[in-house]
Order: sequence, then structure tokens, then C-alpha cells
Amino acid sequence: MPTSTHAIRAEGLLKRYGDKTALDGFDLAVPQGMVYGLLGPNGAGKTTAVRIMATLLRLDGGRAEVAGHDVATEPRKVRRRIGFTGQAPAVDEILTGRQNLRMFGRLFHLSQALAYSRADELLRQFDLTDAADKGVKEYSGGMRRRLDLAASMILAPKVLFLDEPTTGLDPRGRNEVWSAVRSLVAGGTTVLLTTQYLDEADQLAERVAVIDHGKVIADDSPVALKQRIGGDQIEVVLQESVDLPVALPVVAKVAAAAPEVDDENRRITAPVEHRVAALTEVARTLQDEGIGVEDIGLRRPTLDEVFLRLTGHRTGEEVSA
Amino acid sequence: MSTSAIELDVDAPERRLHWALVDGWTVARRTLTHLVRQPTNIAWQLGFPIVSVLLFGYVFGSAMSVPGGGDYREYLMPGMFGMTMAMGFMNTAYAVVIDSTKGLTDRFRSMPMAPSAPVTGRGLADIVSATLDLVVLALTALVVGWRSDGGVLATLAAFGLLLLLRFALIWIGILLGLMAPNEEAAGGLFAVAFPFAMISSVFVAPSQMPDWLGAIAAWNPVSSTVTAARELFGNPVATSDTWIEQNAMLMAVVWPLVITAVFVPLAVRRFQRLSR
Ligand SMILES: Nc1ncnc2c1ncn2[C@@H]1O[C@H](COP(=O)(O)OP(=O)(O)OP(=O)(O)O)[C@@H](O)[C@H]1O
Ligand SMILES: [Mg+2]
Repeated sequence: MPTSTHAIRAEGLLKRYGDKTALDGFDLAVPQGMVYGLLGPNGAGKTTAVRIMATLLRLDGGRAEVAGHDVATEPRKVRRRIGFTGQAPAVDEILTGRQNLRMFGRLFHLSQALAYSRADELLRQFDLTDAADKGVKEYSGGMRRRLDLAASMILAPKVLFLDEPTTGLDPRGRNEVWSAVRSLVAGGTTVLLTTQYLDEADQLAERVAVIDHGKVIADDSPVALKQRIGGDQIEVVLQESVDLPVALPVVAKVAAAAPEVDDENRRITAPVEHRVAALTEVARTLQDEGIGVEDIGLRRPTLDEVFLRLTGHRTGEEVSA
Repeated sequence: MSTSAIELDVDAPERRLHWALVDGWTVARRTLTHLVRQPTNIAWQLGFPIVSVLLFGYVFGSAMSVPGGGDYREYLMPGMFGMTMAMGFMNTAYAVVIDSTKGLTDRFRSMPMAPSAPVTGRGLADIVSATLDLVVLALTALVVGWRSDGGVLATLAAFGLLLLLRFALIWIGILLGLMAPNEEAAGGLFAVAFPFAMISSVFVAPSQMPDWLGAIAAWNPVSSTVTAARELFGNPVATSDTWIEQNAMLMAVVWPLVITAVFVPLAVRRFQRLSR
């Protein structure tokens, strides 16, 4: 049966909480061996999707296959092939790091000897050997998350689900977790990672699905997603905001799509096709018209902008259904 | 280590019971390790009954009379044992709510372990720690002059009935722990646990209370257990001749069985609803 080359395949997932629809025809196909980012604002349905695929939540419709097994009919088989880390690090606070990993090893039905040696191995892999015999209470956020990841890796699962693994971590903690995730993928694990941080998806994910209102609305590589809204962007910042109405048609003339105006920052942004020609023309025309320019330049769009274009609202904004 | 080096046990149906027991024990050991790593917690847990022993035994003790005669401190001690067992369900609820809010319950559910293990492990660990509570309390009681005049068997039977009550209340604790949204709410259970333990024969005989309150106190499962323990210890009993007080021994068995029969399915159903 596990003939599919996809580590995860979800078709038309439906999930309702009362009359609230959390997943509304969610489709996903994750090829083996990559980090796949699931990107979406608060309440988009990321956690719901991950929990269904990790067998924690029953679905109301559709089907999902993880590591070759159906989550609804073969949950135990799925559980032996996945690792799951939820939105908060799920480790025992009172036990030491080592005691945690030994306990989870036993609960994964490793023999005592194997559970012990696997714990030591994972502590080394996740750089926790020095803190191994301290209570988890004394761990930093990044250390907790790494222990949490280690606990998910005990059976070296084929598929690892990470729900917002770096939320609440300082930059140092984020970097620690990112490099831990990279080394897992180097070892062949498929990772499905949800995040609200676009730079995280940019940094880690080979492919990204953008989810909004319980549906995948775009699914591509970060680079392709950025290209989708037009390659380069011209960005003009004026000295006086009164000049915005005059400068707008100047930019619009060279733009590939309608420019966006940010009144507060006196900024006009627009996608352009011929970057250098557009830049020279706008710079010259504005100078001829005597409009004071504070800054002008070209840049690639951020995933933030991609997101705004795709969903019509920024990340982090609460979606009202 | 390569994946193949980690041999997976095939969970054939005939191995289910084996793993249910092994996994339950692993989960129980976790809680018992907590006791070892945080011995001060036991002190906190027992602080309340021990302070009560001193307060009621010495401060109020001389003013308290036992209907039908007898030493008040002899009367009080089995009450303290019963109160500690009765309020123990708060520890269960608290531990359960912490596991679910910290995501540990979800991690367990995402693993190929026996699904019953978190519950059986919790129950086993709670009984072990309740036994420890009783040992410490009994030693305190011996120090302040309490004695069991029953034989060894009767004394053990009394402790057995006390643990039976604690066992039955585990299921209420698990249910409440699964229902509580956070730790603060679980802390609020004190407002339920305190009257539950107090409106009983723990401190005074129900016959000394206003009629309506006395009736509630007499029918409180805690009273049946405490009265039965007093009878078995040979301590002053101070019962009226109502049916419920005359049949304490019977009810000290019946109540816990009824509570278990009612609350096990409720707790199990609540646990299953986590996947809704
Ligand atoms: N147990 C629940 N009961 C009722 N509604 C729920 C429940 N869990 C989630 N929802 C709703 O379903 C929708 C999707 O929630 P979900 O937690 O999957 O979003 P999310 O993308 O993970 O959000 P966040 O970024 O905040 O973690 C939200 O509107 C949420 O309010
Ligand atoms: Mg979420």
C-alpha cells in the first residue's frame, strides 16, 4: 500500500467546530524528504490540519494519508511513523531532559537498554548533553523546544509535524531550532511545519502552502510565490506626502500592476518588468517635476507582500469568518 | 542510529494487555519520580492535615466533646485520614490539567502507546502517593497519642477502606481535570473539596450539627469511610441510630463502588472527546 511517493497526502479535509468551519476542503501533497511550510494567519486552520494528520483529531470529511497509512482507519500505524510537536513544548517539566527521553523511549516500546542509549544519542544530536541531568524547569525556551524535537525523533520517524516551533522564542532560540530542523531533513525526515513567520518559511521550507479560512489558496516554492506577484518591485519614498498624488501616475506608467500607496510612510510600491529602465524613468521624471525623493530603489517582494496579495489581509490579522 | 536498528514491537492484539500494563507502569513511574525530585511537595500536601491535627487536637480539642464519650483526639485522627483521602482528588485534577495544558496529553495521544496508559498510570501513581500520605499521617497521629485498638487485620482493613475512597475519587479528579480550562480553574476546586471533606463526620458527629446539615453530613461518602475506619481502629465512633450511620461499614464499600461505576465512563467519554 505505501506506494505513494508522497509523505503526506490530504484531500478535501473538512472539520467543523459547532457551526464554525475550521477546515473547508483542505488539500495538501507533501513529497518525501523536504520541509514543507504551512503558512497562514491566526485562525486559518493550521493547527487543526496538523492535528488531524497527527491522528489527534477526527475529521468530518475528506481523507488523509500519512507515511502511506490512512489517519482515520489506521491511526496506530500512522502514530508509529510520525513525530508530533504541538504549539507548546510537550515535555515533563519536573523530570530531567534525560529522564524525559528515556520515558518517551519506553512508551515507544523500546527495550530499556535501547531507550537509554537512544536518549543519550538524541541528547548529543540536539546539543543537550550538558543539561541532560538538569530539570527541564531550568531550560531556556530554545532548549525546551530542542528536547521536544528530540522526543519526537525517538523512532526516527518518516514524517515530523511541527506546529509553530519557534513561536515565543528569542532569535537565538529560533536559530537553534532552525538548525535542528535542518539537520533532521538532512537525515531524510519529511517535515511539515506551520508558521506565521514568513521569514521562517523562507528560511526553512522548500515549498509553502498558504492557508486561509481553512483552504489552501496557493502552493509553491517561496521563490515562485514571490515571482507570482511580479518579479521586482520599485519602491519610492517621497519627502512630502502632498506630492503622493503627483508621483503616483509617474510610477503607474512603468508598473506592471496597480501601485500600492502607503500614506503614512509616503511610499509608493509597484511591480515592474524592466527594472533598470523603470528605475531611470521614474527617477528622471520625478526630478523634472521637482518632487523631493527621499529614497528610490528596486527590491524583490517579501513573502509578507505575497501573503497580502493572496489573502487580502496581512499575517497576524485575525480573520473574521 | 539507523531506523532499522530501532526494532518496533508489532502490537498484535494478544500483546495489547501486556503493553497496557507496561505503559501504565511507565507513566506511573513518571509521577513517582516527581515525588522523589520534589519531596517538598509532599510536605505541602500534608501540611494542611497536620496543621489541622494540631489545631483541632490541641487548640479546640479540649472544648470538643464526643457524643457518647471518648477522647476527641482519638476521634479526630481517622477523620484526618479520611479528609486527606477525600481532598486528594484535587491533586489528581491538578496533575491532569497540567498535562493537558502543557500538551503532554497530546503527545501521549500521538504516540503508539496503549491509550489507557495515561489514565491507569495516573491512578496507580495516585494510590502509591496516597499510601505514602497515610503512612506519614499515621506516624504523626502516633506521635500525638493516637492508637489503633483493632487487630492488625482490622487496622489494615481500615487503611484499605480509606484508600478505596481515594481510588474512587481519582475518576472524579480525572474528569474535573479534563474539564478545567487551566491551572487556576483547577485551583478553584478547593472551594468544592473543602466543604466536601468538612461537611462530614471528620471533625464532629453529624448528630451535633443542625438537622438538615447533619443529614447531608451523614450521607456524605467521606462519613461512611471515616466511621467505618473508626470502628475498625476501635476509636470513638459517636454514631446516631440512623440507618446510614449504622451501616457505615457497608456504605464505605458501596459508595466508592458507585462513584467508580458512575465516573469511570464519564471520564473515559471526556477523554475520547479530546479528538472531537
Ligand atoms: N476546539 C475548538 N472549538 C471551537 N473552535 C475551534 C476549536 N479549535 C479551533 N477552532 C477554530 O477553528 C479555526 C481554526 O483554528 P486553528 O487553531 O486551526 O488555527 P491556526 O491557524 O492554528 O491559528 P493560530 O495561528 O492562532 O494557531 C479558528 O477560527 C478557531 O477559532
Ligand atoms: Mg495554531
